Amino acid sequence: MSDDLSNSYPLARESDSRAAVAFGGGTDYSVTRDSDDLWDDSRVIINIGPTHPAMHGALRMVAKLNGETIEKSYCEFGFTHRAKEKLGEHRTYHQFVVFTDRMNYCSALINNVTYAMAVERLMGIEPPERAILIRMACCELARITDHLICIGIGSVDVGAFSYFLYGFHQREEAYTLIEKLCGARLTTSYTRIGGLMYDAPVGWEDDCKAWVKQTRSVFDEMDRLLTTNKIFLDRTKGIGVMTKEECLDYSFSGPCARASGIDRDLRRDQPYMFYDQMKFEVPTGTNGDVYDRYLVRVEEIRQSLNLLEQICDRMKPGPIWADDKRVRIPSKIDVYNSMEAMIHHFKFFMRGFDVPAGEAYTMTEGANGELGFYIVSKGKPMSHRMRVRSPSFWHFQALTLMSTGEKIADMIAALGSINIIAGELDR
Amino acid sequence: MGKDGSSHFLTTRLDDFIAWGQKWAMWPLPFGTSCCGIEMMATLSADYDLARFGSEAIRFSPRQADLLLVAGIVNSKMSPVLKTVYEQMSEPKWVMSMGACASSGGVFPVYSVTQGIDNIIPVDIYVPGCPPSPEAVIDGLLKLRDKVQKGDTHSQRRLKAGTPPEQWVLQ
Amino acid sequence: MNIFTSLRTNRGDWAEKFGPFWTKSIEKLKAKFGTSIEEVRMPGAYPTDVPIVFVNKAQIVEVLSFLKTDTDCGYNFLADYTATDEEAQPRFELVFNLYNRDQGPRIRVKVKVAEGEESPTCISVWPGCDWAEREIYDMYGIKFTGHPNLRRILMDYRWEGYPLRKDYPLDGYQVFPDSEAPDPERLK
Repeated sequence: MSDDLSNSYPLARESDSRAAVAFGGGTDYSVTRDSDDLWDDSRVIINIGPTHPAMHGALRMVAKLNGETIEKSYCEFGFTHRAKEKLGEHRTYHQFVVFTDRMNYCSALINNVTYAMAVERLMGIEPPERAILIRMACCELARITDHLICIGIGSVDVGAFSYFLYGFHQREEAYTLIEKLCGARLTTSYTRIGGLMYDAPVGWEDDCKAWVKQTRSVFDEMDRLLTTNKIFLDRTKGIGVMTKEECLDYSFSGPCARASGIDRDLRRDQPYMFYDQMKFEVPTGTNGDVYDRYLVRVEEIRQSLNLLEQICDRMKPGPIWADDKRVRIPSKIDVYNSMEAMIHHFKFFMRGFDVPAGEAYTMTEGANGELGFYIVSKGKPMSHRMRVRSPSFWHFQALTLMSTGEKIADMIAALGSINIIAGELDR
Repeated sequence: MGKDGSSHFLTTRLDDFIAWGQKWAMWPLPFGTSCCGIEMMATLSADYDLARFGSEAIRFSPRQADLLLVAGIVNSKMSPVLKTVYEQMSEPKWVMSMGACASSGGVFPVYSVTQGIDNIIPVDIYVPGCPPSPEAVIDGLLKLRDKVQKGDTHSQRRLKAGTPPEQWVLQ
Repeated sequence: MNIFTSLRTNRGDWAEKFGPFWTKSIEKLKAKFGTSIEEVRMPGAYPTDVPIVFVNKAQIVEVLSFLKTDTDCGYNFLADYTATDEEAQPRFELVFNLYNRDQGPRIRVKVKVAEGEESPTCISVWPGCDWAEREIYDMYGIKFTGHPNLRRILMDYRWEGYPLRKDYPLDGYQVFPDSEAPDPERLK
């Protein structure tokens, strides 16, 4: 039990029970052991996932550990592959709207909007102003809920559970707003090609503004709870660093790229909808670590709240459908009362509408980064190729790079900060 | 014994008493894969609070859980994993299939998606919805508790019938 | 015919805004690579949103690194890398969607690959191509020469067939008895 250099026998009668002996250096273990190693051949291969609680959704990582440090690792996914790209070739453009929800289910509305924009772009349709404004409000609401989930669950991963409960409560309130729009909480399917499923109910703008006000105060509270917390700082600063160059190499976009100092936001740099007429700032970080990603997301929530207020102020009553016979769903009154409308309705839902031949890659600033739909049309009611560019796919790829040389608990923190959504990753 | 010296007692069957205990302490293992996983988290968090029904103790280890909450899609790559997790759980165990994907494949009749987890493991209760709202999950849990009280779940039936373990999982 | 004219929902008329930039970079590309640039489709003449440059697959790595680094091109961000099954000869097309993060224009580069042919890997230009190429291999069966770890990514490693090919049925389900064990070889 005692050290090799000890010269007394602690249980002997004459031994002083409190005498502590300091040993210079102790036994020299370096003779028999590699200085990097804890002991000879200590490499352990561990498998995390696909049902591990720390792996968001169904992901898997296999890592070779030296002690607790990851030396090399590889990731595996595809455990939620639902063949949405293949379904895009077998479903009409109208039917495909439901599959877009199930990609990034934390911010389904952004997917809906981007998909609708992509098809409208191919057809040369422009929805009216009110529809665009509601879509913008949807995008910002979805962005806030997505970021709340990301930082909420990311904080659970580093041990801050109550923060998660605050975030989820506020998210429930946001779901109430989304439910008012379309009746669903998560999988919204709210947009239609050329318009929206329903108009926003009367007074929705005011509800939205009240929610913004409430969220601001709750969010300040959350901010005070975590942002300067010593434990949180220790767990996140300097962890999972991505430099600017690595971000370009691995096609990082969105908050993760901005945390590394890449000042790019498609809402500002490639303005779509009415974003060029709105006032907002694009936050950027400097270090590209987990903490900066957290800060960027926090600031983006604030900017989105500001944006939401501006959008609600601008909303006026008006039509929500583009004036285009090809895509407009005939109203039920007409369908029940006239033969032509009935046939049109039947043809619309059974066969779908033709999209002129062509190809376009349409992208918006999703909650996670650049969300793109690359659609190739051959003039039929179903697409020839429906490719979804999901930011998670490119972000997850860099996880091995981020976590090499880090402790295994830091890998969990890094994974939480890049917000991998399995549905979007596997599609 | 009461204050006045009279004796109080309750007669019940031992099976009923055990089932009563089991139904009040279901520890779920959240097998959340996709969209339903997010709604499952909403059910577990403060607003809906599954703790009211004795199910707040989330156990990520199959050895410690008795309710397997399959929330979300299970595909051909995932189904062996699901089967392993089910086999690792100790008896008695219950399975809730949450959402359309897990119950039937949902809107995905495609090459990768298992058309219902009941092709792999026996399911005690199906919760419809895509994804089900938290209220629906709670309703499903309450219905499952009733089934447990009646002794009408797969696990309880095969324990009663003495089915050998190798026949528990569907082939 | 330009089907993409002045759509406010879709960030303005790109052909007007980026037309000179595209012409300049494509002229420079043609001057440098000559016959390797097989065909160029411009937005006005062909229904597309950005120019499509068809490149011979032997030169694709050089073309991409030129597009990435040259000052007049500067398409430094690989927005997307995928493939399509054209059901024609040659059967497949690899599609690169590139984005100039500093000035804003986008461009699309395509490579025609026949069935059974291999294409060179682009990991040297963008390391992020690694998984994208694995996904293309998984979904279309296009092989990449020089790829360090070309194995299936979304589907199980025992999967037969390539799901996104047009001749693969939508409901071709396959059953596997167990999941893949951790592979120490990949951690060497």
